[in-house]
Amino acid sequence: MDQLNNYLYISAILFSLGTFAVMTRRNGIAVLMGVELILNAANLNFVAFSRFGGMNMDGHIFSLFVIVLAAAEAAVALAIVINIYNNLHTINVDDAAMMKE
Amino acid sequence: MDYNILSWLIWLPVIGVAAIAFIPRDKVDLIKTVSAVVTGLQFLLTLVLWNNFDSSIGSIQFEEKYEWIPSFNIEYYLGVDGLSIPMVILTGLLFFIGVFVSWNINKAVKGYFALFLLLNTGVMGVFLSLDFFLFYIFWEVMLLPMYFLIGMWGGPQREYAAIKFFLYTLFGSVLMLIGILGLYFSCGKTFNIIELTQVAPEALSGLLWWGMSAIKVIWVLIFIGFAIKVPVFPFHTWLPLAHVEAPTAISVLLAGILLKLGVYGILRVNYGLMPDGVYWFSYALALLGLINVVWGGLCALAQKDLKKLVAYSSVNHMGYSLIGMAAVVAAGESHGLNMKAAQAGLGGAVFQMFNHGTISAMLFILVGVIYERAHHRDIEGFGGLASQMPVYTGITAIAFFAGLGLPGLSGFISEAMCFIGAFPVYRWIVIASTIGILLNAAYFLWAFQRVFFGKLNEKYTDLPEINRLELFTVIPLLVITLFFGIYPAPYIDLIASTMDTIINHVVSLGSYASM
Amino acid sequence: MFIDYSLFILFLPLLAFVIQIFFGKKLPRQGDWVSILAIMTSLVLAIIMFFSMISSYDPNFKEEASFTWFDMGEFKIRLGFLVDNLTIIMLLVVTLISTCTHLFSTEYLKGDIRYSRYFAYLGLFTFSMNGIVLANNLISMYMFWELVGVSSYLLIGHWFEKDSAADASKKAFLTNRVGDIGFFIGIMLIYNAIGSFAFGDIFNGVASEMITGTTLTLAGVGLFMGAMGKSSQFPLHIWLPDAMEGPTPVSALIHAATMVAAGVYLSVRIFPILTPDALLVVAYVGGFTALFAASIAITQRDIKKVLAYSTVSQLGYMILAVGTGVYTAAFFHLLTHAMFKANLFYGSGSVIHSMHHALHKKHDHDTDPQDMMNMGGFRTKMPITHWSMLLSTLAIAGVPLFSGFLSKDAILAGTLSFAQHHPQHFLLPIFGFGAALITAFYMFRMMFLTFYGKPQMPELINDIHESPKIMTGPLVLLGGLSFFIWYTLPYFNFMSSHGWFTDLVIPRDSSVPGNPSAEYISQGAHHAHHLAMYLSIAVASVGILLSWIFYIKKSLSADAWSKRLGFLYHWSQGKYYFDENYSKYLYQPTLRLAKKIAWIDWELYDKYFINGFGKVTNLASKVTGKFDYEAIDQVLVDGTAKIANLLGRLLRTVQTGKLQNYVLYVTCGLIILMIIQTF
Repeated sequence: MDQLNNYLYISAILFSLGTFAVMTRRNGIAVLMGVELILNAANLNFVAFSRFGGMNMDGHIFSLFVIVLAAAEAAVALAIVINIYNNLHTINVDDAAMMKE
Repeated sequence: MDYNILSWLIWLPVIGVAAIAFIPRDKVDLIKTVSAVVTGLQFLLTLVLWNNFDSSIGSIQFEEKYEWIPSFNIEYYLGVDGLSIPMVILTGLLFFIGVFVSWNINKAVKGYFALFLLLNTGVMGVFLSLDFFLFYIFWEVMLLPMYFLIGMWGGPQREYAAIKFFLYTLFGSVLMLIGILGLYFSCGKTFNIIELTQVAPEALSGLLWWGMSAIKVIWVLIFIGFAIKVPVFPFHTWLPLAHVEAPTAISVLLAGILLKLGVYGILRVNYGLMPDGVYWFSYALALLGLINVVWGGLCALAQKDLKKLVAYSSVNHMGYSLIGMAAVVAAGESHGLNMKAAQAGLGGAVFQMFNHGTISAMLFILVGVIYERAHHRDIEGFGGLASQMPVYTGITAIAFFAGLGLPGLSGFISEAMCFIGAFPVYRWIVIASTIGILLNAAYFLWAFQRVFFGKLNEKYTDLPEINRLELFTVIPLLVITLFFGIYPAPYIDLIASTMDTIINHVVSLGSYASM
Repeated sequence: MFIDYSLFILFLPLLAFVIQIFFGKKLPRQGDWVSILAIMTSLVLAIIMFFSMISSYDPNFKEEASFTWFDMGEFKIRLGFLVDNLTIIMLLVVTLISTCTHLFSTEYLKGDIRYSRYFAYLGLFTFSMNGIVLANNLISMYMFWELVGVSSYLLIGHWFEKDSAADASKKAFLTNRVGDIGFFIGIMLIYNAIGSFAFGDIFNGVASEMITGTTLTLAGVGLFMGAMGKSSQFPLHIWLPDAMEGPTPVSALIHAATMVAAGVYLSVRIFPILTPDALLVVAYVGGFTALFAASIAITQRDIKKVLAYSTVSQLGYMILAVGTGVYTAAFFHLLTHAMFKANLFYGSGSVIHSMHHALHKKHDHDTDPQDMMNMGGFRTKMPITHWSMLLSTLAIAGVPLFSGFLSKDAILAGTLSFAQHHPQHFLLPIFGFGAALITAFYMFRMMFLTFYGKPQMPELINDIHESPKIMTGPLVLLGGLSFFIWYTLPYFNFMSSHGWFTDLVIPRDSSVPGNPSAEYISQGAHHAHHLAMYLSIAVASVGILLSWIFYIKKSLSADAWSKRLGFLYHWSQGKYYFDENYSKYLYQPTLRLAKKIAWIDWELYDKYFINGFGKVTNLASKVTGKFDYEAIDQVLVDGTAKIANLLGRLLRTVQTGKLQNYVLYVTCGLIILMIIQTF
């Protein structure tokens, strides 16, 4: 049970779910949540490789960084989403296409 | 001298251009003053040059030589000898006078004088550069300002005249460029004219290109390039047009200096580099001279426009120069080593260059004076001006008499020398071309009669006399014409040893046989 | 000493010219006194030279000075001055006549608008004429030769407001130029062979056969062409009669006494190099001109025209003399002719002046004051003019006791002797004596018509007055110089020319090897002298008698005879229609040729040939331009762009701008890559 592959499977499933959420959801918050999933999948990989790859504590430190970054990112992204909502009264990302037009 | 006087001569006008560029366009008088100062300084420098020139040496003096584009063996190489120094002085003088001739220009003054000074640089550069590449660059630099000066400040047909002048000359310079490149590649990859003068006669002899002698090919290519400038029949038709349309000062420079570049070039390049070609071509050269004399004379006789008449008289007068130049072969063995004739002919040709420069400049200024007053140049449209403008009439009479080769005025001596020199070699051509003396007299006197004699035309009873500024532009030329007519020795001394160098070069390296 | 004096004589008039040109109008009396002062000083110097020549009495006297004008090494031109007896006499003639002209003009041109200018030109003329006289080489002679032509041009055209004067001045210059071309070719031929322009070198060169045969003949004829132009010899005679458009004193100075004599002077100078063939040309030209011009003079009505043709005829005499070898006789005639012909012109000037004033008083501006048919009976009104002119007329007619008799006799003797030695040239004496006959006739015709008989315009006669003293002064002086005595001193020889002149100007042998020696020629002339003298007295008497019968006694009617002679009369009066024919066959065709050439040059050659290059280039550029645009640009270049455009438009649909789509593409791509990787 204590094998690298298992961690990787879970991480892959998490990543796929996250990607799926990013691709399919039109709600900005949901897209953000998908991104969180992807980040966490990566975290899981870091920790797993750190544990089984003999890389001391490097992976742990990276995952801590990622968590911090994710928090910052969530803060910025939520601020954007709120701004979009304030301006457009929607958080549907497809509607925020002014840059394209 | 080690302060690079020749470079100063060339680049001084460019400094002037830069100065003019910083003057606001409405400060017209300042622009004119700057131009006058710059050209005046340049003229003074030419006099300094003359003063320091050692006329007993027949070779290049005041050399300046710097590497420029070493990979192609191109140098910044300047120098002056007895062939070019009279032309340099004449250039200095005529550009200085030209500023005052153009004093009344009031259209786009800034541009005019900038181009005028640029032209000055080009002309000076051609006379002074001894590197073919540099020579060619200046040759082209000269062309462009001329195009604009005719095209923008000229008469009613100015655009046509300018483009014609430009294309005609460009055609010639392209041929010349081919010739230059031919020389470059067949004579040890150098553009140095002095070096080529030593190398080329050897390197080219016996060289065949597509079954033709390389000397003949290059001679013809370069000759056409220069012949257009002279202008030699049948390359002359740009001249009357350009003259008629150009503003007065530009006509003055065109006739006074630019035409001389052709003769200068032939003597410097064709004579220096291809002495065999001189022998091959000399008869044709004399014949072309004859055609120029007669054709130009007859055309001048038929003109109704005074300026066109003067323009055709240039064709006529340059013919004498060509005949004189052809006489150089007289010093060869096949003509009995007649050094006298060769010296007379070549000296006459080079003297004629200078004399025609002053005389035709004077004629164009005088035509400009009357045009400014009457606003036309139709010979038939005047009449009786002698009683209205006696001073102007007197000066014009002297200029016309100088043009028809009256003894006591410089033109006579050079024409006589050309004839005397060429006579032993081309007896019949010379005899035939003496008809030119008659035609000369005929067209000048006839025109003079129609403009100045007879009853005063009613229209012109209040025509003002020639003014001080105009007198200032004409008098120096008049004095020179008179001075050299009475005492030509200073000029002859200046050129004599270089003429000997050229003659000896041609005669010792060239012959009829090797072609 | 002589060179120094002659330089002063040469340059003083030039100085006067310069002063007059620049300051003339501002000076009191318009500066005429400056010119007169200069010329009088020259005259005094010339007289001093003349008397020292007489006192030394050396026929071989010669002083020469030359300097290098310019020098190119081998080719150098040396100019210089030569003073010998010929020169001294000529200088005296020129300065004397010039002085007279200056004085005469102060009255004749009083109030003229270009008074100072006129005196300036007189100075220029005198300078150039003396230059010719003093030249010791062909080049400086040619230069002064042309300068003389110019001053003549300026003086003939003095009243340039008149078209006829302007035309005449131009004609004079151009006709002279024709001769000058020959002159210059001659100079070149000689220089080419001998290598020097100086007379001394040339004579030595010819003597040592450096130039011989046809070349020398041609050179001689070439130089002589210059003389033909200046001395108005057939067929270049046309300009001199027209030159009478100039003021009359100018005609006296330039077109009677000095400039036209320059041709003779040149012929005399170059006599030593003329080959027998060249001399024959000279003789025939001169002889024919003498007769031919005389035959025109008979019928002219204009008093100045008569004198002009008479001048041409007399110059013909001199040239004839050169041609027959008695060139000192030619120079002698030049001397005597200068005096009496100048005087005749002054006389005619005096008459015209007086006519002019009389007509002016009557407000008559249509009558020609120069037409002899308007004169008559002036003898009592203008006694000085009459007597003075009569003396000169007797001289020109060749009446014994007068100067012309001596010189004409010398010429005719030479001609006769030449014909005796060469009977095939019998025409030459016929020319000579024929001309003498006609000369006597028409000169007296002129005198009779002007001074004798009844006044043709009686209303004028009371207003005809003698001219003022300053005009009659020269008349008296030169009239007096028509007597023989001045030319034969210290002897009293009215039947032969022996005197100071023949002692001081002795004929020299020709330099051409094989030409008859001077001794031989003068021997011949001496033998023919008596016959020639009787003949010439006879023809002169016949001429005068005929004239008297026609115009005084009127037993023969001039009108009737002119009708009877019909076309001969008209030919003569029409001057044999030379002007018309020259105009028709020379000037007009030349002008037409010039127009044609100019047209070919400008309209045909330039417009079609040169501009043709432009047109062809233009056409070629249009074709290439079309190909360039239609084919290369539109199809090839733009085609590429169009394809790119199409592709771009297709690809554009992919780009939705929706992040999620892109992520989908990335994922799909990843999956595809993974699948590829797997296999």
